Amino acid sequence: MRITHKILCRIFTNHSWKCVATFLCMAMCCASASALLSSCISNAPLVDTAIATPTTTTAPPWFNSEKTALFLWIVFIGAAVTVSVWLAKSGRPIRIRRIAALEAVDNAVGRATEMGRSILFVPGIQDMDNIQTVAGLTMLGRVAKTAAEYDATIEVPTCRSLVMEAARDTVRASYLSAGRADGFSADRITYITDDQFGYVAHVVGSMVREKPATCFYMGCFFAESLIFAETGNAIGAIQIAGTAESSQLPFFVAACDYTLIGEEFFAASAYLSGEPAQLGTLRGQDVGKFAVVVLIALGVLASTILVMAPNTAAAVWFLDVLQKVLGG
Amino acid sequence: MKRIIPMWIAIIGGFAMMLSSFIPLAESAGEMFADVFNVVAAIAFVLGAGSLAKQHLEKLSRRDAGWGYSIITLGSFLITLFIGMLKIGIHPNPSFPQAAYSGSNDAEGSAWSWIYEYMITPLTSTMFALLAFFVASAAFRAFRAKNTEAILLLGTAFIVLLGRTFAGVVLTGWFPDWASGLRLENLSIYVMQVFNTAGNRAIMIGIALGVAATGLRILFGIDRSWLGGGDA
Repeated sequence: MRITHKILCRIFTNHSWKCVATFLCMAMCCASASALLSSCISNAPLVDTAIATPTTTTAPPWFNSEKTALFLWIVFIGAAVTVSVWLAKSGRPIRIRRIAALEAVDNAVGRATEMGRSILFVPGIQDMDNIQTVAGLTMLGRVAKTAAEYDATIEVPTCRSLVMEAARDTVRASYLSAGRADGFSADRITYITDDQFGYVAHVVGSMVREKPATCFYMGCFFAESLIFAETGNAIGAIQIAGTAESSQLPFFVAACDYTLIGEEFFAASAYLSGEPAQLGTLRGQDVGKFAVVVLIALGVLASTILVMAPNTAAAVWFLDVLQKVLGG
Repeated sequence: MKRIIPMWIAIIGGFAMMLSSFIPLAESAGEMFADVFNVVAAIAFVLGAGSLAKQHLEKLSRRDAGWGYSIITLGSFLITLFIGMLKIGIHPNPSFPQAAYSGSNDAEGSAWSWIYEYMITPLTSTMFALLAFFVASAAFRAFRAKNTEAILLLGTAFIVLLGRTFAGVVLTGWFPDWASGLRLENLSIYVMQVFNTAGNRAIMIGIALGVAATGLRILFGIDRSWLGGGDA
């Protein structure tokens, strides 16, 4: 691995290339090691039977061979993202389709400023160990920066103490980067309760009383999604939502003006930043999506062939391989 | 420095959690990071309680509109805290009869469980029940046939709603066997199993890739906006 790394670093003298080379070496090493280990684990005993005694205990395996397919998928997507980031950094233009919900953020914040009303930002009801909450806070950073530039007030009620602390840091840094450090008030980012419907009662009550002009719902939501969105609709607020909870998406789509559906929600931060490195990750994501689409198409084709000609050996073999590739 | 340290904690913690999923020997490292998270969350809870108290005490001192509710909130908070910490009405655990506070707060007949069962549960159920009315009002708005997409949505909802009730069977049950696929209950199953599953899986695949890409952005330190800005 060390020799491969040196060779690649010689070829790629640029620092970014070195990062890519290092990552590829790491990925290659991990992939080969995992394949080797999983084959060793499945085919050979861990202890040499020639010298083994009845008292010998078997050590736990180095690698969980049941997750080899998942590991290789992570390596593949990681490599695709890394290469895409490098390509983006080297100046290759990246075209990202327009996302209406994100285009509307500036207008929504501007509307609140013009109306002299506050902006409500709800970062979901889960803790910081949920990736949706982290994605929600990245959006909060962007929204807070725009709010600071427009001199609008942003209210962030939270359902978890840790989220409150993280949100305070995020908003403080956004105000600082907008050159409006004096406009930041920690009292606008508050902890309410861990209880789901206790939190709903507070947020809905405050919406009805204070009538925010703009409501953002970005994070992990459950039954409260429709209660928030319908209340926001009733008070005439412009509403932008984003979640990866597929069961709550129809409610947001029905009741909000704009909705970030699934992957759009995770792409929001990169989209709004406009930084080549971040946009590159979106292209890497698309490479993964393309691979999935190709596999689905081939799987459908093989299944159709099997239905039409049940004993086609090639189709049976291909479906077997596909099942292994997908870790089934 | 204030951003570099949290970023490195996130990077190391993230990689440790990921490796613990694949390498059984690293499982303890993953568990350790999960425990650290729980400890940090517990400490942050004190900050949360402080924020709640400060928020309502300020409201009381300013005599803001609705300050009476702040008294109720603070009173309920303190009473529940007092009852929970002193374990009022809880008998000691039979395994440790000498230890007065060894009983569980969830024990039947305790004051804390009474509060939970007769106050929190009904209040929670009341809020949840509001959802029924919100579903009706959202459906009323979403199902207006204003354009082609809305008409498609309305038609699909009509098939699924009728197909899942006895009305669907009554209306189309007389269809002959060769046209049984057109019976509303069968159409409803077809819509849910084919169109709905296909659409749902497409969204789920997108979400999975989005989660992976976001995770990698954070683990590689490319996305630092969750720390409040791009500069470390």
